[in-house]
Order: sequence, then C-alpha cells, then structure tokens
Amino acid sequence: MIELEGLTKRYGEKVAVNNLTFSVRPGIVTGFLGPNGAGKSTTMRMMLGLDRPTAGDVRIDGQHYDHLKDPLKYIGALLDAQAMHGGRSAFNHLLCLAQSNGIPRARVHEVLDTVGLTTVARKKAKGFSLGMGQRLGIAGALLGDPRILMFDEPVNGLDPEGIHWIRNLMKSLAVQGRTVFVSSHLMSEMALTADHLVVIGQGRLLADTSMADFIQQNSRSYVRIRSPQRERLLDVLQGSGITVVRTGSGALEVDDGKPEHIGELAAQHQIVLHELSPQQASLEEAFMQLTAESVEYHAHTDAPGPQISSTPPSPPSPPSPSPAPQWGGDWKKA
Amino acid sequence: MAATQVLKSEWTKIRSVSSTVWTLSLAAVVTIALGILISLLSNNQWDKLSARDRLTFDPTRISFAGMGLGQLAMIVFGVLVVGNEYSTGMIRTSLAAVPQRGTFLFSKIAVAAGLALVVGLITSFITFFVGQAALGTHRASISDPGVLRAVIGGGLYMTLIAVFSMGVAAMLRSPMLSLGILMPFFFLISNILGAVSATKKVGRYLPDQAGSRILQVVTPLDDTPYGPWGGLGIMVLWVAAALIGGYALLKKRDA
Repeated sequence: MIELEGLTKRYGEKVAVNNLTFSVRPGIVTGFLGPNGAGKSTTMRMMLGLDRPTAGDVRIDGQHYDHLKDPLKYIGALLDAQAMHGGRSAFNHLLCLAQSNGIPRARVHEVLDTVGLTTVARKKAKGFSLGMGQRLGIAGALLGDPRILMFDEPVNGLDPEGIHWIRNLMKSLAVQGRTVFVSSHLMSEMALTADHLVVIGQGRLLADTSMADFIQQNSRSYVRIRSPQRERLLDVLQGSGITVVRTGSGALEVDDGKPEHIGELAAQHQIVLHELSPQQASLEEAFMQLTAESVEYHAHTDAPGPQISSTPPSPPSPPSPSPAPQWGGDWKKA
Repeated sequence: MAATQVLKSEWTKIRSVSSTVWTLSLAAVVTIALGILISLLSNNQWDKLSARDRLTFDPTRISFAGMGLGQLAMIVFGVLVVGNEYSTGMIRTSLAAVPQRGTFLFSKIAVAAGLALVVGLITSFITFFVGQAALGTHRASISDPGVLRAVIGGGLYMTLIAVFSMGVAAMLRSPMLSLGILMPFFFLISNILGAVSATKKVGRYLPDQAGSRILQVVTPLDDTPYGPWGGLGIMVLWVAAALIGGYALLKKRDA
C-alpha cells in the first residue's frame, strides 16, 4: 500500500505536483497516467525519497521511505532503466544492490533467471540493448521480493515479446497480492494491464477510479444505427424526442441512447435496421478528453479544476496512527 | 540499515569497474617511475649542485618527486568513484536502496579511502626504496630520523588528495566539471601560487602545498610556519571541508 497525502512539489514558481492525494492498493495493477510533463516521474521519485516534497506526505506500508529497514524488501522500483553504471556487469550491478539490503547472493541468480538475463550476467551493462537494460532494471526491482512494485514506463524499448512478458509479469505480481503501480503514456497498454487508474495532468489529480468506470465516465457512449429507411427512422426517433446525429457515412448516431429502446421503436414502425450497436470511445479517447480539460484548465486559471468524481470512490486512506511529522524533517536526523 | 551491508555493497561497486584499476595503477606507476627518473638525474647532477643545495638536499623528497604527477591519477580515481554515480544515473538506484544519504556517502568514501590508502602506502614504500637505490651514495635510509614518517606520510598524502576529490565531486556532481577544476588547480595553479613570492604566503595553505610538507625530511630554508604534521593537519581541514560540503549538498538536494 502506498499512500499519498497532499503531495506537492514546486520548482520555484512552477508547480510540478499539486496536492496529490490517493492510495495505491494491493492485489491490483494500478495504472498511473498523464501526458508528458504531468508530474508522474516526479511523483514516483518522491515516493522513493529521492526528491523531497515541498508539502505533503508519502507513506509506504505506513512508513516513510527513509525509515524502511532494507527498503528493497518493501518496495522495488524501476524508474529509469539507464540508471546504472554501464561498466559494471549485470551480475555485479544486482549484487551491490542486494548486499546493501542484506539480500543473499543466490537471489541475484534467481532474478537474473526470472528476467532471462542469465546468459549475459557477466557482460557489461553498456553493451545491453534498451530492452535488456529494461529487464535488468526490472530484475533490480524484483530483487528484494518486495510487496510493492513500481514501474515507470516499463514497456519502453521492449519488443512485442518483451511487452507481453512484462504485461503478464505485472498481472501475476498483482495476483500474488502485491501492490503494482505502473506509469505509462500508452493508453492501449494500460487498458490491457491496469485494473485501476490514477490520472494526473498539470500535476493535479484528474481521476482515481477503476478502469471500467474511467472509460464510462470520461468517454462518449452512443448507439450507431444503419437503416435503408433512414429518413423515416429519423422522423420516428425525433418524434419521440431523441436527438439524432447524421454521420458522413450514412449512419445515425444517438448519444447515450439505449439500443433496446431504439430497436423497439423501429420495430413498432416496421423499420428495417442493418445495424444497431452500442459504441464506446476507447481509453485513448477518454484520456485525450480528460487531459484536454487539464490543458483548458491551465488556460483559465480562475476556473475550478475538472471535477471527475471517482466511482466507486476509492476507500479512504486509513488515518495515520500518529500525526505525520513534516516530511523531510527526518533527513536531518538520519 | 546496517552500515556493514552498505560497506560491502560499496566494495562490490568499486571492485567491479575498470576505472578503479586503471586510475590506481596509473597513480602508482607514474609516482614510482618519475621518482626513479628524477632520483637518477639528481644523482648524476650532484657535482653541479651549489653548496646551499647540497646542504638542503633531501633524498627522501627527491624520490617522491613523481607524486606531483601521480596525484593527478589519484584525483581522477576520487572524482570517478563519486562522480560516476551521477554521470551514469546510478545515484537514483543507489539512494533508493540506501535512503540514508550520510551512510551511503560515507560508506562509499570509507571504502574508496581505504583502498587509496593501501595503494598509496605500497606506492610510497616502493617509490622510496627504488628511488634511494637510484640515488646511489646520496641515499637516505628508512631508519634515518623522519624518513619513515615521510614515507608513511606519502601514503597518507595520496589518500587525502583522493578523498578531497571525492568531496569536491559530491558537491559538483559532474565528473567532467570536477576534473576540469581539480586537475589544472593541482597541476598548475597551486604550483604557480606557491612559486610566486607575492602569493607564496597564501599558496602554502593550499591542500597540496601544506600536505606535501610531510614528504620532506630535511627542513627547507624558508619560513614555513608549520611542520610536517601541521601541514598534513591543514590538508585534513581542507578534506573535512570538502566532505562536509559534499554531505550537506547531497542531503539537501533532490537526487
């Protein structure tokens, strides 16, 4: 479980992350979406204690990151696959990480095997392809057998086989009851892997909802109708107070229409239908629509932020047992 | 987070990159080879020396003449040990594994300093013995007063110059920037400041000028206000300042 509370990061005047509050729950894959520059990577770095929040708090299983004993055993992260010394072999890269957290050497061999890098374990990382580097980074995340996993754009640079592999890996990690938090800008990829979505734009939380609800809430659903008796159908539908849109291809579209209702109307008037299909915009469209709003919001700074209610509402974060100390105050004590 | 775990991890890091081997061996080879060369030349030129020069002739210091160049490789070693974390992006992986930044930085520096000390001491002893052999009849003996102190001091000096570089690299983060400042400083600027009479009084408080006083056995005919250990103490202060600066910035900054 990762809990964010009012997490904010400012760089001078620029607000990179603005008052983010959400929880990442175990047992499901949570997708973290946002356009470039939305603050995804900054948020993830703050979760790992790499960047200090200007305000707010992040807790990993109820604790601050820098209070975790052997943090790799709690949370494994792939932030940037290139974040390693290219002159070091894959094995030694993982070994130094393992040793720092008291993880046995045998585990290094295990994770190398899991990601399929055993044969190149002794090769220097700088000779690795983007995909191999990504696999090595994932091996590093898995090293401590953590309950929480975090991946920043994990499918970048992977070939189709690799994408398939990471997709199944994330799902299986979630099925094991782990918390899986994945950022991506690939909507189609998220649709296949994520159960829950957290969407941010301009550093603000835009949505925190299940995948299905997200699509339903944020996309246009309509009914497409084709009929050889188009004009008659138009009259009938308009006669019953239904707004119909004609499309260029000769079909009719009814926003938020019920196919049962339209079908029955057509039957009553003995109109032949060639098509009567409920349509729903893709996740891609939903995402574009949402982030377009965030851009719009940016243009009119006085307008309230886009209000997308989360249904079902995510369970509220359990209250902290003790008043949270100011994040970052502990740095000085460490 | 046990510090021993982090020390072990840092040892794995340092032994698993080739820059460690080449910088340290270059430091040793340059110091030893140049020491032999200058000792041989000094032996050959003995007859041409003035009476004053013969009076202050310091065979131990002569054999360490290569250290001025060898220390540059030690600087590269120190800069790369810390700076490579930043230039490769490894720092984020490292700090995610060890969020206690003080433990991380000082474990790294302790391991690198320990290794530099071993290499520095071995280099210093070899340099002394082969240098003295090259000096023929003008040689000093390890049992002469102050000689053992100078030879051990040579190892300490090389270690301190490496640790100073680590502190500077922790502050500047970029290896190129660190080297771009440290190399010309220790190779040229410090020597110029120490040689020009107007700046001499300031120059002798620079880390290398003060620290290298430990290499001298025969007290030179000048008015240096500190002795061998005093000079090394001044260098230690410089190193401490660099480390405190590096630590303070690492703690404060986003990784």
